[in-house]
Amino acid sequence: MYTASDLRKNLRIKIDDEPYVVTEFNFTKPGKGQALYRCKLKNMISGSQFERTFRSVDVFEPADLQEKKMQYLYDQEGKYCFMDNETYEQVLLSEDQVGDARNYLIENIEVEILLFEDRPLGVSLPNFVDFIVTKAEPWARGDSVSGNTKPVTVQTGYVLQVPPFIEEGEKIRVDTRTGEYLTRVKD
Amino acid sequence: MHDPWPLAKKRRTLALRARIVGELRRFFAARDYLEIETPCLIPAPAPEFHIDTLACEGWFLQPSPELCMKRLLAAGYDRIFQICRCFRKGERGARHLPEFTMLEWYRREADYRDLMTECEDLLIEAAAALGYGDVVTYQGEPLRLGKPWERLTVAEAFARFAPLPVAEALAGDCFDELLAIHVEPRLGRGRPTFLCDYPLPLASLARGKRGEAAVAERCELYIAGIELANAFTELAEEREQRRRFAREEEARRRAGKPHYPSPDKFLESLTDLGDAAGIALGVDRLVMILADAPDIDAVTAFTPETL
Repeated sequence: MYTASDLRKNLRIKIDDEPYVVTEFNFTKPGKGQALYRCKLKNMISGSQFERTFRSVDVFEPADLQEKKMQYLYDQEGKYCFMDNETYEQVLLSEDQVGDARNYLIENIEVEILLFEDRPLGVSLPNFVDFIVTKAEPWARGDSVSGNTKPVTVQTGYVLQVPPFIEEGEKIRVDTRTGEYLTRVKD
Repeated sequence: MHDPWPLAKKRRTLALRARIVGELRRFFAARDYLEIETPCLIPAPAPEFHIDTLACEGWFLQPSPELCMKRLLAAGYDRIFQICRCFRKGERGARHLPEFTMLEWYRREADYRDLMTECEDLLIEAAAALGYGDVVTYQGEPLRLGKPWERLTVAEAFARFAPLPVAEALAGDCFDELLAIHVEPRLGRGRPTFLCDYPLPLASLARGKRGEAAVAERCELYIAGIELANAFTELAEEREQRRRFAREEEARRRAGKPHYPSPDKFLESLTDLGDAAGIALGVDRLVMILADAPDIDAVTAFTPETL
């Protein structure tokens, strides 16, 4: 069972026997008032979204999802293809079903495909992904402790802020839960 | 997987934070306020239904220094302030940390309106000293700091922004939701707003407004939709305060929350409090606004998750 304090983006819960994913989450507590957990929820089957505000006392059941380890192969015309390395079975997910995870789908990355009653509905990523920086402005030396950041693009097209000393061709590790740069990866 | 970057990248913001705190101290020193430190570890917090404290060896980490500060006022200290860590269980979000920094200041012979004015002066003077001029931009929104700041009563704000008036919101047990969803985001836009005159049941330590039943002399400062400060004229009657604490304790008990010992020394000191007022301001959130930071993590060196 989840309680309200477990609520966060990408949590998957069961409502009326159907799986929902939290697409947006905001904790708020008006001064001296009660804690409020404001969520945007998306039905993983129909894709329909709604907003709801929960209280501390609310509890939730995890969504009835099975997980299957699969490898990302490619995407084409809005469909994302994943393969089971043992059975060679392939599944397709729509862009809507993949959601923000598409920013992290590097070639052959191993993910968990989420299934509801044997239907693939979503994807769960590892906590960290290593990217190659494909586009970055060159570093102006002497800038390492100023706290400045600069945007770079990685091979999936995802753009994020990194320290100014990160250059094109370098490998960086990103936390998929926050989308933020963690560290430079040295081979 | 050590990388200095997550800490190193905060340097500019943390330097600004240190200057902001310095300006806060300068303001109070110039106005003859005494800086006081009171213990973080206390035996008896004020019972409030929605504030949960962290327990420590049978005592509690303070959610606010209020009780000690008011005992000092009652002992004759006229003007006191404190910048300290406060602790609240279960409060974590883009604007919340379970451990955060609060500025609280208290005055004898004053009411909440005096503190609202002083709060205006504090922020205007601090911003000017830090080189901000008349306008601070927060997340793309320009905020004029020049007086007058907007003053709106809770009743007016609900009438203007919420689908239900205050009385119905309270009766329907949805005051907090309506405040958070409909009212708060509309406050402090373009210039700061004081949201004033809260319903009495929502201000258990505040004095009731003279001539207006069921309304307390309590107000909150909002800037760019962010709640920044909470001020009230202090309730200075022991019997009434005991009655209200009993009500909060009972609500906590019914919800299975831990029992607190009664803060008797605080309660007994109320007879000497007179006309006094106090205000609590979230320093981290003030830094967020001046540093143009989208969340509270950006303005603190560490969060619970990075320890």
